[in-house]
Amino acid sequence: MDPAAHAEEHSELSEVERRVRALETLLTQKGYIDPAALDVLIDTYQTKIGPRNGARVVARAWVDATYRRRLLEDGTAAIAELGFSGRQGEHVVALANGPNLHHIVVCTLCSCYPWPLLGLPPVWYKSAPYRSRVVRDPRGVLAEFGVTVPATTEIRVWDSTAEVRYLVIPERPAGTEALGEESLAALVTRDSMIGTGLPLAPNRALGPDGTLAP
Amino acid sequence: MTSRSMPDASYVSHADLGGRGGFGPVVPEPNEPVFHASWERRAFALTLAMGATGSWNLDRGRATRETLPNYGELTYYEIWLAALEKLLIASGLVREAELAAGRALDPPAPIRGVLTAAQVPAALAAGSPTTRTLASLPKFAVGQRVRARWEEPAHHTRLPGYLRGRIGVIERIVGAHVFPDSNARGLGEDPQWLYTVVFEARDIWADRVSHRVSCDAWEPYLDPA
Repeated sequence: MDPAAHAEEHSELSEVERRVRALETLLTQKGYIDPAALDVLIDTYQTKIGPRNGARVVARAWVDATYRRRLLEDGTAAIAELGFSGRQGEHVVALANGPNLHHIVVCTLCSCYPWPLLGLPPVWYKSAPYRSRVVRDPRGVLAEFGVTVPATTEIRVWDSTAEVRYLVIPERPAGTEALGEESLAALVTRDSMIGTGLPLAPNRALGPDGTLAP
Repeated sequence: MTSRSMPDASYVSHADLGGRGGFGPVVPEPNEPVFHASWERRAFALTLAMGATGSWNLDRGRATRETLPNYGELTYYEIWLAALEKLLIASGLVREAELAAGRALDPPAPIRGVLTAAQVPAALAAGSPTTRTLASLPKFAVGQRVRARWEEPAHHTRLPGYLRGRIGVIERIVGAHVFPDSNARGLGEDPQWLYTVVFEARDIWADRVSHRVSCDAWEPYLDPA
């Protein structure tokens, strides 16, 4: 990027930064907000609520057939058993992938996403390319994620148009029979719970921070 | 010719993107951070904290975002920020001049309550369920064919454009839920039966595709087919 363009971008960032600070000052002076509450909100979604929550639900469903049944029957109650509930996850429906069925979740109208289980959505999930195309060409979008689903597998796209939030339960990977619940949870990627990815093979588990080692 | 009515120019949503072309490929970001700048964190938290004051509801918030004239040019949290400023002004909580000055010029307007730091965990864990009781019975049964209405209302709605006029099948009766079309306009929660309706993609676009798409549709969006 040339220096002028970089400077322009920089000043634009400063402008929005300035606007947000001014707004926070104003709302604090008015007594409408408690600035300490903002810190707690941010910390919650940066460090406490994220895809590791959903991964625990999936791993439990993989090892416990009766939990899986409860989860598919009443997702909201079943995730509450593991301590997950609330904002943007008040009404949860779990969708089980099978050998001939692959679920994909989208919100074409905004960015509805199961926050208590997956945290805040990634940029691509909220972006126009994903929201516009996945309903019409899901196999093409899956290819952009490097995922190929057999032609014989039925694809079902769920457009989250109401306050129901969907969690995909991917199939348990082969060769994981000996793994316990915690090791299994490390195979469950965020994208596999949206339907744009698959769980990791047992030799490629996620680290404790939820990212893949390089 | 179809019976599709012309939408009222007074309400234009720029967020109804399903099935539209021209946006290019999906570009996932490896190991993406939750926020990409410190201002995004603050804009996010300001929106949640102001939402908790009870000055507007979720549906009015969505309506405000989707009608921003420059919606398509803004990043996600720029949309949140612009909508928050607009809601604050429309609700009489701040004035333009105060936004420009970055400080209070008038005394505060009354609000229902302030979300304190100590209240945050419980407030998030409780959320805001939208299920309500309804004396009437659902009009449609599981397995029934329904047609999504053509008419595009001149207000906030949650029936995507790509499904208008299309025939689908009721797959599940979700329950009675707050009706966004009414709630967004301050007309009360007006609960309606909500259904999961499933459509064959080839009935929507005449593409040679075999997948199915579902949405959650409130009863007033549907007619028997």
